[in-house]
Amino acid sequence: MELQQGIFVLMGLAMIVAAILAMYVKDLVSSIIAVGVVSLFASILYLLLQAPDVAMTEAAIGAGLSTLIFLYALHKTKDAEEEND
Amino acid sequence: MNIIHVIGFALMLIGIWGMLTQKNMIKIILGLAIAETGVQLVMVAFGFIKGRTAPILDAAVPVKDAVDMIVDPVPQALVLTAIVIGVAVNALMLTFVIKLYQKKRSLSITEYKDLKW
Amino acid sequence: MIKKMFSFILIIFLFLILFELLNNLTENKKLSGVAKEYAERGAAELGTANLVTSIVVTYRGLDTLGEVSVLFIAATGVAVLLRRRKDEEILIQKVKRQSSEILQTGTDLLVPIIIMFGVYIFINGHLSPGGGFQGGAVIASAVLLSFLSDINYKINHTVFGLIESLSGVFYVLIGVLGIFLAGGFLDNRILPLGEYGTILSAGAIPLIYTLIGLKVGTELASIIDNMKRDSE
Repeated sequence: MELQQGIFVLMGLAMIVAAILAMYVKDLVSSIIAVGVVSLFASILYLLLQAPDVAMTEAAIGAGLSTLIFLYALHKTKDAEEEND
Repeated sequence: MNIIHVIGFALMLIGIWGMLTQKNMIKIILGLAIAETGVQLVMVAFGFIKGRTAPILDAAVPVKDAVDMIVDPVPQALVLTAIVIGVAVNALMLTFVIKLYQKKRSLSITEYKDLKW
Repeated sequence: MIKKMFSFILIIFLFLILFELLNNLTENKKLSGVAKEYAERGAAELGTANLVTSIVVTYRGLDTLGEVSVLFIAATGVAVLLRRRKDEEILIQKVKRQSSEILQTGTDLLVPIIIMFGVYIFINGHLSPGGGFQGGAVIASAVLLSFLSDINYKINHTVFGLIESLSGVFYVLIGVLGIFLAGGFLDNRILPLGEYGTILSAGAIPLIYTLIGLKVGTELASIIDNMKRDSE
């Protein structure tokens, strides 16, 4: 059980860092990828929490399709000048 | 699993903080996606029971002992629903962002003052 | 500045609420009442090995119908908002570079396998982890791969629309049949339960999950198609 706790802590730290990065990095593409990383780690956590169904859904939909939809939307609004803080 | 709850709550707070402070509309939606992940993680963690296995009955988990061997399947079913609806709602919101962008050529939410008083 | 301060105060309050929740959390040692009931009766009553499937498709089937409706409305909303008139489409005829030979050949080889994998996931939904939503997402990712490899790839809207609406209609019809032939709306026992643990068991659950898989797959593919189209 100790090993599992350690994995939980490490993955949680990685997810929180990725989430903060997603909010504060200037480049929107990096920010979208960071959210995808959060989803991917979440799917591994679901697997460790004995929820394989949810893990599959999160990996296919949350980390895969959702990221692509965000990237397409970004592509459509590409020539926006960087005016956000 | 207290650690999972802490992670989920932290993701919720980061996501909501991002939604409230960011100016870029795509980033606001990304904040919502992060908060969503946090809520889903907390919900699955509420159904987790230490030392038990997934709610799938097979040779390792016979039907008559299932009650004492599996984790709670109800939160998992609810989260399954929540993830699919989440991506649909995100896609719809991104569509609104694209339409707004075509109107004013800007992604910054401060440009859209039509309802501001 | 004042807006940021209000946000900060709000986050602090939210933090306090969640902290209080975290402090009073007790680790659960056994299943809740509802889950216990499902675990005891699910396998014998519905013939499913995967309890999450039995909850999603039968015990909380109405929720799933609502979820599919939300997905349908969202896909329709995306399509309506991003539609483009015929004359506009002709204007944007930019020359795009065709993707590389390796990607195209790889896609030709992979797409049938990916679609088969998606079908496998939703047909085995009552035995192993997976089901209509996951399988549908996998099928949508096959369509996505085709979009990425071939710039001129267009989905056949007639076929996709037909699959999408017919699977929705049959899903509701199977649900209504349950009222007359079995215990209630979306009851899976309209078909014989069969031998526990085989593919053709659990009554109508493989059928319902196949319909949900086709519906979700086509809807997600059409969302991607609409988001991708006319990206200049």
